[in-house]
Amino acid sequence: MTAYVIRNANLLGEQVADLRIVDGVIAEIGTDLDTSGDVEVVDATGLIALPGLVDLHTHLREPGREDAETVETGTRSAAAGGYTLVHAMANTDPVADTAGVVEQVWRLGREHGYCDVAPVGAVTVGLGGERLAELGAMADSAARVRVFSDDGKCVSDAVLMRRALEYVKAFDGVIAQHSQEPRLTEGAQMNEGELSGVLGLVGWPAVAEEAIIARDVLLAEHVGSRLHVCHLSTRGSVEIVRWAKSRGIDVTAEVTPHHLLLTDQLAATYDPLYKVNPPLRTADDVAALREALAEGIIDIVATDHAPHPSEDKDCEWAAAAFGMTGLETALSVVQHTMVDTGLLDWAGVAARMSAKPAEIGRVAAHGRPLAVGEPANVVLYDPAATRVVRREDAVSRSRNTPYAGLELPGRVVATFLRGRPTVLDGTVLEEVSA
Amino acid sequence: MSAHTSDSGRSSTVVLDSGDIARALTRITHEIIEKNRGASQVVVLGIPTRGVELGRRVAERMSEVAGHPVPYGSLDITMYRDDLRMKPARALEKTDIPVDLDDRVVVLVDDVLFSGRTIRAALDALNDLGRPRAVQLAVLVDRGHRELPIRADFVGKNLPTSLAEQVKVAVTGLDDRDEVRIVSAPRTADEVVR
Amino acid sequence: MRHLLSTGDLTRDEAVLLLDTAEEMRSVAERPIKKLPTLRGRTVVNLFFEDSTRTRISFEAAAKRLSADVINFAAKGSSVSKGESLKDTALTLQAMGADAVVIRHGASGAPARLARAGWIDSAILNAGDGSHEHPTQALLDAFTMRRHLAPGEQGLDGRRVAIVGDVLHSRVARSNALLLATLGAEVTLVAPPTLMPYGVERWPVDTSYELDPVLAKADAVMMLRVQHERMNAAYFPSAREYSRRYGLDTKRMARLPEHAIVMHPGPMNRGMEISADVADSARSVIVEQVTNGVAVRMAALYLLLSGARETPAPTPEVTSDTTHDTTEGQA
Repeated sequence: MTAYVIRNANLLGEQVADLRIVDGVIAEIGTDLDTSGDVEVVDATGLIALPGLVDLHTHLREPGREDAETVETGTRSAAAGGYTLVHAMANTDPVADTAGVVEQVWRLGREHGYCDVAPVGAVTVGLGGERLAELGAMADSAARVRVFSDDGKCVSDAVLMRRALEYVKAFDGVIAQHSQEPRLTEGAQMNEGELSGVLGLVGWPAVAEEAIIARDVLLAEHVGSRLHVCHLSTRGSVEIVRWAKSRGIDVTAEVTPHHLLLTDQLAATYDPLYKVNPPLRTADDVAALREALAEGIIDIVATDHAPHPSEDKDCEWAAAAFGMTGLETALSVVQHTMVDTGLLDWAGVAARMSAKPAEIGRVAAHGRPLAVGEPANVVLYDPAATRVVRREDAVSRSRNTPYAGLELPGRVVATFLRGRPTVLDGTVLEEVSA
Repeated sequence: MSAHTSDSGRSSTVVLDSGDIARALTRITHEIIEKNRGASQVVVLGIPTRGVELGRRVAERMSEVAGHPVPYGSLDITMYRDDLRMKPARALEKTDIPVDLDDRVVVLVDDVLFSGRTIRAALDALNDLGRPRAVQLAVLVDRGHRELPIRADFVGKNLPTSLAEQVKVAVTGLDDRDEVRIVSAPRTADEVVR
Repeated sequence: MRHLLSTGDLTRDEAVLLLDTAEEMRSVAERPIKKLPTLRGRTVVNLFFEDSTRTRISFEAAAKRLSADVINFAAKGSSVSKGESLKDTALTLQAMGADAVVIRHGASGAPARLARAGWIDSAILNAGDGSHEHPTQALLDAFTMRRHLAPGEQGLDGRRVAIVGDVLHSRVARSNALLLATLGAEVTLVAPPTLMPYGVERWPVDTSYELDPVLAKADAVMMLRVQHERMNAAYFPSAREYSRRYGLDTKRMARLPEHAIVMHPGPMNRGMEISADVADSARSVIVEQVTNGVAVRMAALYLLLSGARETPAPTPEVTSDTTHDTTEGQA
């Protein structure tokens, strides 16, 4: 395996140093490291070095919807965004509710080699919300599943949610809930607010998210289990999580990059690129989410990368699929909304986009600090660059980004997965060895 | 005739003042009655915008002379124009047909006869409204430059002009005075299309 | 005016222009030859994804009176019903050379997509999209009101209009509320709380949960259709309770001022929101609304198609107005 010396990187924005990577591990950190011998030098002057990013919420679509994305194209997209590990959600076809399917997804990730894949197991069989899936079998499989979610759907039955929370204690698993009361959101299209009434689109009220979170944190407290809240989107939800944490409830929460930047006003265009679940909310919600992420009430950023083929967005709003891509723009959006606004420094970004997600997912080999002896999962990022996001530039198979035409800061220059580069000079490599 | 230069730097000349206009309308009135051997079958239709006011005046004079009311109204020709697609959609003016036109003599009244296209459109409009026995045309000013084989039966004044000039008509009721003025000015593309 | 998608897009001048133009178009109906040559050579496509014979015929009559060619593209029995997408349908119409597309669709925003997606460059006329808007209905309603309540005036300033019924699901209510406010009328929406849209307090209207006090001062009452099925989604407990509290019957009609008119966009649920006697009474202008519909649609087609094509407006994009951009003013 090639050895690398990364020159003059600004580690977490705190300290400029060189990094030596040998045999997949950070072997040395210092200044003016020796570059003689069989060593590739990567000049990282002006670049921030972060631990490889970890996404707790990605949709890779394979098996079943390979027209939208495959494990290969999705992990390439992840690498382009600086990710070295993604958790692949279970709403595939067939659903990832057995050891067989999760192992298949895990293996594909390893074979392609662009980014590690930790499959998420479904909570219920077929996401039907009626019977628990074989959570234990998935936990024991080669994929070592620890995160379970029916994402796309809510585990709305209170008894089933209780059982799931209890059951995963046996293997230190966590239920990641997509909080959406189904009856209150039947046919919902966008945030229920002043605009939905004017546009004639069925509303998705904030209370449908908050009521489930409130119930779930109390259940988690009652049975002594841990809970993870997916894609939190409202101020009210933040307050409930804040209260729960103050009581010592073991709850973690994530926010997507698009919920940190975009508001429901975009629905006025009727362009379904802005249709997502949970929906874009108000400016006040966006402000609350940013503060909560800075404070740590929201623990991590997770992309909820949701690729869709163009025919699922090139249509009228009601017929369109919910979801936006996000792996390739995540770091830029976080820089724009959190770092450039002074709410977070790069160390804070590393905690929320690498260390903490790995901890929630109980993944030992990722989210590690940039220190000697740690696995060499590193991303080099240029915060001074700017780029206009263009649909055609997507590495993902799908083009449904909400940021087309927008100028965003920053650019991933290089990504290393266990010491091997997956991205160099801002481009995903054609060939990577596993 | 008086000339003056207005604030915009154009030079213009008044060719008919209010007295001239009044005499012209009176003469036209008598000519219509003479040609039609009375006014009993006549309906006067003014073409908006200024033709309507002029038509009203003619009809009222005719009523005085003939001793009985002569019906008058307006005929908007916007929807029959042949140049609609050259500009954004135009606002419509009022069409007011006071009596059944079948077998009547319709006297169209307009302020300026120029290319003849407006009158062509008016004839098409009349065609859809009924079957007059005859259609005659009275204009205050004929400035030449016909593009179609159209001619006026009754003319207030023949006014040879060059294409570079504009003829501006003012009538009280719409404007502050009665006046016909020739303006020499560079033309915009809009104004060439008549 | 390049498209007619929403009455909210119309300025007062544009709205008055439409009404005044409709006034001239109305007289065409009284002539022996009910035809004008104005849109000769233009092709108007009626693209109806929802069944509506009345509205479609009204648009067809309007287009034909202006000598336009009309193509009817009904959802049933066409490639549309076999699941052809809106985009592919639009591309087909573009290839056929449609100058205007009159579209009725069950999804709010479908006409807006047609107007902005770049699949087709015809003029788009919204004939009703989901629960969003139905601009020509509002225009013919305003036209009818103006003739009865404000003849000779430009707008409807100071006139009081009550709109009663399922406002939540009604595109007619939305279009009317916006247009009437633009024309200077005072609008009161009357409905049970479950049928009022979220955020209606921010609309340029008053609201009331009670019908009787509103009737005594109304110059016009517009009854909206209320579907029995809404009862099953718990919007109101029973049809009987609904019509008892919000239905317009003869007794309630007697509370209206002498000059007040009763309107309904149709089709009516006789006995539910409006009694048969009221629908057939002398105050009801419901049949006249239909006549005025053709004139108003002629005016809309005329203003969209007769003149030179306007250049398309730029597509709205993600800007700092639509994102929560706090970079200015932060450290």
